[in-house]
Amino acid sequence: MKRIAGVLILIVYHQLGEWLVRLAGWTLPGAVVGMLLFFLTLLALRKPPEMVTVGADFLLRHLALLFVPAGVGVVLLLELIRDQWLAMLVSLVISTVLSMLFTGWLMQLLMPKEHTPHD
Amino acid sequence: MINWPADTHQWLLAVAALGLTLLVFFSARWLFRRCGEQPLLHPVLIAMLVLMGVLLITGVSYEDYWLGGQWIHFFLGPATVALAWPLYQHLSLVRSLLWPILISVLAGLLFGSVCVVLLAGWLGADQLVQWSLAPRSVTTPVAIVVAEQIGGIPALTAGFVIITGVVGAMLGGVVFTYAGIRDQRVKGIAMGVSAHGVGTARALQIHPVMGAFSGLAMALSALLMAFVLPPWLQLLGML
Repeated sequence: MKRIAGVLILIVYHQLGEWLVRLAGWTLPGAVVGMLLFFLTLLALRKPPEMVTVGADFLLRHLALLFVPAGVGVVLLLELIRDQWLAMLVSLVISTVLSMLFTGWLMQLLMPKEHTPHD
Repeated sequence: MINWPADTHQWLLAVAALGLTLLVFFSARWLFRRCGEQPLLHPVLIAMLVLMGVLLITGVSYEDYWLGGQWIHFFLGPATVALAWPLYQHLSLVRSLLWPILISVLAGLLFGSVCVVLLAGWLGADQLVQWSLAPRSVTTPVAIVVAEQIGGIPALTAGFVIITGVVGAMLGGVVFTYAGIRDQRVKGIAMGVSAHGVGTARALQIHPVMGAFSGLAMALSALLMAFVLPPWLQLLGML
């Protein structure tokens, strides 16, 4: 019951975000605006009601499932993939490795020295 | 937003598509856990491939599949909203390292997106594919809306996001070892920026501190990507 109520609240925040985006004419995803609103609410509440956190934890635990229907849409693009799969795969692998190296080195550089690393 | 089935035939299709998606996904997840969470067996990747195979073999169109699939997809928005909760929980971690985290996450995002766009272009991918690749390092709900915004193909982006996550989860450990990056907090940030939720799941297996920082970087990236990617690509004259 708590779970359903919690998820319903998240749906309301999402719709609120969508509505705000449309109203203001922003080119931002409504869900991201909803996330910001939800974050501000959490900050204001300090200790959020269990209902809300139970709903959020439930959705996040099943997050992976929610990607599947959109992912199956790749079936419409098989021709595109057949022609360009090598460029897609190579650029994905190399840029992901470069992104990990770049971000890691930069963060290492920016870390304050007095902290002992968590090894 | 929800496209209601028009007749009994469509209702049956919708229920079958919904049921099959759940069945395939939860079986894939069982297999994934059974095999020690091998990144290549990631349940999203396996479920996508199996369901695509079913559609190709049975000749059911994606449009018909969507009658049922949309009921799962509907919860992606609320789930994105829910990402604010782990971000809030990790707030004390962020406060102590606010600037290093913010700068690394932002710079990592901008660097990664330019990297993938340039590399793909250089390897002969067309513009549509390049725009679909650009937001691929953040969690799917955000990546697909950003892709839509800059003129990519959301379904293609959804596939790229998963592959990126799997690549990051598979190679992260090796890359950090070779690069001499040992601090769990630094590894977590680099993983979360580069490989979103799939990488974060891997980070949690490696070390709890790495997992927490990865989750944080993933939520921050999702938020920042939506704001900075379109103006960033415009600034570089790419869009």
